[in-house]
Amino acid sequence: MHPVVPYVLAALLFGIGLYGVLVRRNLILLLMAVELLLNAVNLVLVTADVSTVGVPRSGAVFALFVIVLAAAEVGVGLALILQLYRLRQTVAVDRVDVPGEDGE
Amino acid sequence: MTLTDWLVAALGVVVVGAALAVVTTAHVVRAGLWLVVALGGLAGVYLVLTAELVAWVQMLVYVGAVVVLLLFAVMLTRAPIGASPDLDRARWPALLVGGGSAAALIILLVHAYRWSTVELDDAPAGTAEQVGTEIFRQWVLPFEVLSVLLLAALVGAIVVSARRDRV
Repeated sequence: MHPVVPYVLAALLFGIGLYGVLVRRNLILLLMAVELLLNAVNLVLVTADVSTVGVPRSGAVFALFVIVLAAAEVGVGLALILQLYRLRQTVAVDRVDVPGEDGE
Repeated sequence: MTLTDWLVAALGVVVVGAALAVVTTAHVVRAGLWLVVALGGLAGVYLVLTAELVAWVQMLVYVGAVVVLLLFAVMLTRAPIGASPDLDRARWPALLVGGGSAAALIILLVHAYRWSTVELDDAPAGTAEQVGTEIFRQWVLPFEVLSVLLLAALVGAIVVSARRDRV
């Protein structure tokens, strides 16, 4: 197996996720792009697990940790998004007023 | 190129295509469904790379829970069913940053690994037994800290989403 193949895949996925985070206006779509970023990192961890010498299966363990962190992040993130929607009736990132930003 | 390489490459094409659809589609619900394809394809890549447990946890937690949660949020924020024209901001800066970072990472990784070969049979397969032994032998403290963090996130989500008049 050539480890460069999954590594390049992870790099592409990271670029796509970064593009999504920067270009999306809807907060839920933004969270989906963040999931792509985290998955790119997971792929690097799993590939490094089989392609480098070290404590065996550490990469898989860290990938599992990242998955748990992603689940926690989505839970809190969606709670915040729903609360924002309840207050402002919008989930667009550039429609969120920051007090003091425009002289309020 | 061995069979493993071809499998990873084929699944990689599916994953990259689905990921591109996630960040470009004008339908909010379709983005969630393309995310299922991308994450499922990645689970396949993990299986090929002998990380069995990670692949199944990926299917359970990501495809089963995270995506369903995201789709619930799409419904609760009353996203339109059809295409929404105002989902994206200016494309060029994002394209520049995303493409630039992908290119830089690819150059870095290709330079580091060239066309080196590893044998997947040398390492023990990442079954639940192997990974579980590793967690409880080497990474017990992070594991426990993570469980506390998960509890904190759970409580935090409940507190944030509770209506103020009832608290």
